[in-house]
Amino acid sequence: MDEVLKAIVEPGFFSNASVQLAAAVGAVVAIVAGCVGVFTVIRGQSFAGEALGDLGATGGSSAYLAGVAPLWGFMAITVTAAGIMELIGIQRARGRDLATGIVLGAGFGLAALLLYLGTIYDNTTGATVTILFGSPFTLSSSMLPLVAVLGALALGIVLILYRPLLLVSVSPELASARRLPVRLIGALYLLAMALAVALSAVTIGAILSTALLVGPAATALQVTRRPGRAIVTAAAVGIGAMWLGILLAYDSYYWSSNHHAWPVSFFVVALVLLAYVASRSRPARLHPRPDRDR
Amino acid sequence: MSVLTPAELAPEALSVDGVTVRLGGRTVLDHVSFSVLAGEFTGLIGSNGAGKTTLFRVILGLQPPLSGRVRVGDGRRGGADVGYVPQKFLLDPDMPLRGRDLIALGLDGHRLGLPLPSRARRARVDEMLDAVDAGAFADARVGQLSGGEQQRILIAHALISRPRLLLLDEPLANLDLRAAQEAVRLLSRIASEQRIAVLISAHEMNPLLPVMDRIVYLAEGRAASGTVHEVVRSEVLTELYGHHVDVLRVHGRVIVVGGRGHDEHAVPELVGAPGSVEIVK
Repeated sequence: MDEVLKAIVEPGFFSNASVQLAAAVGAVVAIVAGCVGVFTVIRGQSFAGEALGDLGATGGSSAYLAGVAPLWGFMAITVTAAGIMELIGIQRARGRDLATGIVLGAGFGLAALLLYLGTIYDNTTGATVTILFGSPFTLSSSMLPLVAVLGALALGIVLILYRPLLLVSVSPELASARRLPVRLIGALYLLAMALAVALSAVTIGAILSTALLVGPAATALQVTRRPGRAIVTAAAVGIGAMWLGILLAYDSYYWSSNHHAWPVSFFVVALVLLAYVASRSRPARLHPRPDRDR
Repeated sequence: MSVLTPAELAPEALSVDGVTVRLGGRTVLDHVSFSVLAGEFTGLIGSNGAGKTTLFRVILGLQPPLSGRVRVGDGRRGGADVGYVPQKFLLDPDMPLRGRDLIALGLDGHRLGLPLPSRARRARVDEMLDAVDAGAFADARVGQLSGGEQQRILIAHALISRPRLLLLDEPLANLDLRAAQEAVRLLSRIASEQRIAVLISAHEMNPLLPVMDRIVYLAEGRAASGTVHEVVRSEVLTELYGHHVDVLRVHGRVIVVGGRGHDEHAVPELVGAPGSVEIVK
């Protein structure tokens, strides 16, 4: 038994401070992303989530240039971008693609410039990889309060608005017939999504942040018909992928002789994808369905 | 021992009084007035573009009229007194919502926070499922149900908050003949059993003739209301349309001829022996 454990978990894993911090932050982020992400999938706003994540690269680059922790940059840009998308009209089905595409194109251009300036002035090319693909092992514990606050805010919005948000997401028409403020609810939701994406970006990078937002949620929605259970399942899948990803990245340091660890984000995203594929290949339904002979 | 039901306190479930709406420079509704009593099944008949949807939006409070007033029940419960079933409700088949959950949202979808499991709530949902005969598919994903099944779930969703008035927007439009007949029977039963006023919009009145207590006929922005016998007559419709209109009865079905072409209520197939046509003056 000891041998098996030693084979899976390389020495010093559980006592490593960076690992503990990464696992803690990763768990919080996975819970927030799972909860928010279920609604992202229900509302069909995955593209917007993807765009917010990619735009996070701009924020991260700016933060880096300014010498500030990346999370501030991620957060500032995703919230601003979400606001612009909302103004352009992302909530109407027709405006959605356009609003997202416009903001995305502009943001990428800016990110390219800022990262370029960063490499010229600072000569540390590692920053690019960190911003784009994340590096939870280099988080500092001073980030924890901000992570907790932003996470609580995003979770709070979704949980407090849960029932109206669900009705609005399923049918804006039914919701407005009940005099619910459809647009306001949608805007608040975008804010929650922007925060969730920013938190994701810190752990697995701006480019891959959507994977954590949408992947576990999509997996959960394959296996359950109830939104509440989907949220819990998505959070569980996210935490599992995070922790296992951290473990594998830590282990990978010992795999090759030149001691280069593989990035955490790669493992996390691979695991999320595996979970999704597994959820889609379930055997045929076991419970009877109503007969339909039309 | 018995308390007066809301229906007895204020028998008029819906009162529309002189409603006028102008949209885009056009007078869509022109001093429309009618009322509907509790337990009555009323058909709002008019061709596409006649203003039926606009009138519904006014009743729902989504479209303020230029003049006139709408009152539902005794006006005290506001939006909760109207249940609404929209026409199109296309849902992604993967949408994670069971029929019974959508119905439950009709009860508390406007309340903040998470729903706490409650036996009373579950009992109410089951009661609604019984009323619309949807128990067999209550646990399936709503997006995977047929049009008729989804509609029954939506009716239950609208009914669960015990409204005084149930509005349905063209409920028969996407149903085949058999499903349409079932829907009409179900709605008529709901109107009388639950003592609520049912107002459904349609561009074709014939499927509703067997159960309609009252008809509101909408044309050129104006409305005529009363029983079918009172309203669907040549002289009434001629005045409404502003030009000559004939009303024919063929085997108990009604054909209105002489509108602007697209106002004709044509029966898809004319069946019958000669001598069964009656021209109603």
